[in-house]
Amino acid sequence: MNWRRFFHRNDADSDLRDELESYLEHATEELIGRGMEPRAARAAARRKLGSTARVREEVYRMNTVSLLDETARNIRFAFRTLRKSPAFAATAILTIAIGIGANTAVFSVVDGVLLKPLAYRAPERLVSIRHMAPGLGGVTSEAGIGLSTGMYFTYIEQNRSFENLGVWNSSMVSMGGVGEPEQVLSIAVSPGTLEALGVAPERGRWFSAGDQRPGAAPTILLSHGYWQRRFGGRADVIGRTVLVDARQRQVIGVMPESFRIADLPAAIIAPLQLDRARAEMSGFYLSAVGRLKPGVSLDQAQADLGRLIPVWMHSFGSNAVAVRVFSSWRVAPELRPLRETIVGNVGDVLWVVMGTLGAVMLIVCANVANLVLVRVEGRRQELAVRAALGAGRGRLARELLAENGVLVAAGALLGMGLAYAGVALLQWIAPANLPRLSEIAVDGRTAGFALAVAAVSILLLGLIPAWRCGGPISLRRGGRTASAGPEQQRARNALVVAQVSLAMVLLISSGLMIRTFENLRGVKPGFTGAAQLETVPVAVPKALQPNEERVARMEQDIVDRLAAIPGVAGVGFADGVPMDGVLLNWDGVFVEGQEIPPGSYPPSRVFRGVAPGYFQAMGTRLVAGRDYSWNDLYGGSRSVMVSENLAREYWGSAAAAIGKRINARLPSMGFPWYEVIGVVEDVRLAGANENAPAVVYWPSYGRVLWLPRDVWAAVRNPVFVLRSSRAGTEALAEDVRRAIRQVNGNLAVAGMLTMEQVEGRSMARTSFALVMLAIAGGMALLLGVIGIYGVVAYSAEQRRREVGIRMALGAEPAAVKGMFVKQGVVLAAIGCGVGFAGAAGLGRLMKALLYGVTPLDPVTYAAMPAVLLAAAVVACYFPARRAAAVDPAETLRAE
Amino acid sequence: MPRRESPLHSEMLQGTLDMLILRTLLLGPAHGYTIAHSIEQGSDDVLQIEQGSLYPALHRLENRGWIASFWGTSENNRKAKYYRLTPAGRKRLAVEASRWEEVVRAIGRVMNPAGEKAR
Repeated sequence: MNWRRFFHRNDADSDLRDELESYLEHATEELIGRGMEPRAARAAARRKLGSTARVREEVYRMNTVSLLDETARNIRFAFRTLRKSPAFAATAILTIAIGIGANTAVFSVVDGVLLKPLAYRAPERLVSIRHMAPGLGGVTSEAGIGLSTGMYFTYIEQNRSFENLGVWNSSMVSMGGVGEPEQVLSIAVSPGTLEALGVAPERGRWFSAGDQRPGAAPTILLSHGYWQRRFGGRADVIGRTVLVDARQRQVIGVMPESFRIADLPAAIIAPLQLDRARAEMSGFYLSAVGRLKPGVSLDQAQADLGRLIPVWMHSFGSNAVAVRVFSSWRVAPELRPLRETIVGNVGDVLWVVMGTLGAVMLIVCANVANLVLVRVEGRRQELAVRAALGAGRGRLARELLAENGVLVAAGALLGMGLAYAGVALLQWIAPANLPRLSEIAVDGRTAGFALAVAAVSILLLGLIPAWRCGGPISLRRGGRTASAGPEQQRARNALVVAQVSLAMVLLISSGLMIRTFENLRGVKPGFTGAAQLETVPVAVPKALQPNEERVARMEQDIVDRLAAIPGVAGVGFADGVPMDGVLLNWDGVFVEGQEIPPGSYPPSRVFRGVAPGYFQAMGTRLVAGRDYSWNDLYGGSRSVMVSENLAREYWGSAAAAIGKRINARLPSMGFPWYEVIGVVEDVRLAGANENAPAVVYWPSYGRVLWLPRDVWAAVRNPVFVLRSSRAGTEALAEDVRRAIRQVNGNLAVAGMLTMEQVEGRSMARTSFALVMLAIAGGMALLLGVIGIYGVVAYSAEQRRREVGIRMALGAEPAAVKGMFVKQGVVLAAIGCGVGFAGAAGLGRLMKALLYGVTPLDPVTYAAMPAVLLAAAVVACYFPARRAAAVDPAETLRAE
Repeated sequence: MPRRESPLHSEMLQGTLDMLILRTLLLGPAHGYTIAHSIEQGSDDVLQIEQGSLYPALHRLENRGWIASFWGTSENNRKAKYYRLTPAGRKRLAVEASRWEEVVRAIGRVMNPAGEKAR
């Protein structure tokens, strides 16, 4: 039989009819040639041919597949038998649907985040560039530092490894000229950045060399999303002028929808317009991306840039002191594949989740296989009768396989629906720390994955019962009163133990995450009542107010007006709020009386700019001394505040710090000292799971620290903080916007969040992992309990007769109950033991996710088995009670 | 895939018809009527080809890839379906023919044992 013929068997039939007709004609002619009458000849030929219908039938049957027809028949049969046991079918389908749905949903996340190539030209040659500076110490010891303008020019002029190399810097800017002013994220790029990424604009053009020249007419590119949102996707946007930070810029293009720089949701892209003549040695605020030349390895490129570090150190106005300082930092370039930078440590979480859900899928298969097994046992008699009536073993096995196929197909279909809903939900929740979120979708690849999982499930499901039914099926064994043989019971027990152990692994993992979450919640963040704190980011562009003192006055005015809003208990502002994910400012700190050994540099500390009243509004406790006053700021009192841990480190205690003097620049070069007037409690600026850094809180308005001349500056991106019971309400937001408008109608306010939301975002990764693991763990527990219940219930049913006899002989119902409960609990206990080993392995993988809890946390390891065993006892109790309720007389009579 | 054979033919007879068809097609492409005709003539009308088995046999051989078919015009200008031997069919014929010879020799030995001859 051949497939082409099968699908064209009707064509083949008419072909054959023609062929037979042709035969008749030939035969008739031959006979006529021998002198026969045409009619008689035709009749004779027909006689000779015999029944054409029979020939056609035979050929038709030859072309008919037995397999396909049989399969169709089997599937129809499967539908019929499944309809007869809807409870079994529904349980199995739902179980499979949950398993496949969860796996598919998570796979689509893994695929979107980890597997799909980045949406750039030849993304494997893209690298991000940072620098390690181990000699710097303090906050930069782990994060490293970016590029300075001097480094950038050194690199692009002298490197031998890069096709393109560009730097960029992101900031919030206020957009005007189209409706209400608003704050959006802008990325300023140097030449080489867009070229390295290699994504052409959807409309318009890239920045030309002319656009990048310092002082050239300002231009911008729009992101696709911002173009749609703000300009309705209008084609005539190119050439239009918009106000960016109160400065006119011409739109020259729109980038395509999938385009991101380092996964940042930037609304606009502007040229950086770096001036080589004004490039500086330091100021390491630039991020960099490079495209390696073909054939150049990461290590080669790293060595190439490493060679350029001394070159940079001796140019751009360098002097002996600078060389000494930067040498002590031990700056070394660190190149990493761009993908790694973008995906970051979310990868680990996703693999853990994917792995655990894979385990859940195994449980699902085990569970359904168990159901199927029980069902096959129940149908033993039917199967035995049919085998006796001549159904081949292969045929019966194929029928069972078809039944599994129907179950899995229905489950997979439902599962795909679940996955789709799950991903839609995920997109809607949009965990802040999940990179490449926009690329996650249920698509062809995901469907393929679901199909593969389904296929493997069918095989797994099919193999187990087929293996179980492997022995000869005889009527004798399939008799009505046959009880389960020991090896069948063993197979079911093994499945249950496997289920329980996998559930144990997941429960312990989610238990560890719950403990982590608890610990994070219990952490003292250094501020209080997060839900009552509203954060309001505002930008004061230079074009709007060039005078620094006026900016400070304007900000004070805003503070006063916000404080006047009903229900507001405290207002302040700083250049950022804790846990907002914005890179922290830093520099080295010199302390009066502390010797800096030659060839070294003091460790770097986080620098923050704060206004009077900020700490009080945040609920950050003043440990010693006093807060700033506005007079300190305007009068330039050279006072400073520090965090408690910094005070302890240098002077032993907070109280001892008051009156001591520090500076951000070498005192020997004539920079005056700043006196510590206040010490505040430690604040976890980088997130609840990151230790509080040592911080120097400079006043929000004052002299620029690193300039020898008297130049003053104010914080131009203040984030106002309001303490109010109305935090988070639209009414308060409206009051805030009105108050700010009263100060200046052109001030742009970005998205307001409560401190609780900010905190939640910084914990998004932990809560994401927790939710995923908790769902998986909950499902596994449920499935495991169902498994235990099934086994005990089945065995209770099988042993009715035995129980009847035992009870007739005087066994107590309690003892009978105990017997069955013990059976289930022993299985669960063995499963727990096996699960411990797996959990210990997974715990090591999860280490990076955990906070304040060891991977072998005794509390979790004690609590989770207790939960599982309790659930097992409950699961066993019901069938045990039913077994013990057997009336011995009735059972015996039935024999 | 299990192939159900018509119960009317024993395996040997059916195999024989297949072999005869292949042998006939060795001389060149032919349509059904010619094949039947030449087998009948070649056997001096001893072998009568039942059409009820000829066409299924042709289809079977085609399915196995030993012969291929095409529509053409016959010697008396009629549309006819022609069959020709494929390279696989040529090999098959060699196998069948040698097997056939073996069988014939074996039957011959049974029917006419050498010992009897000598006596």
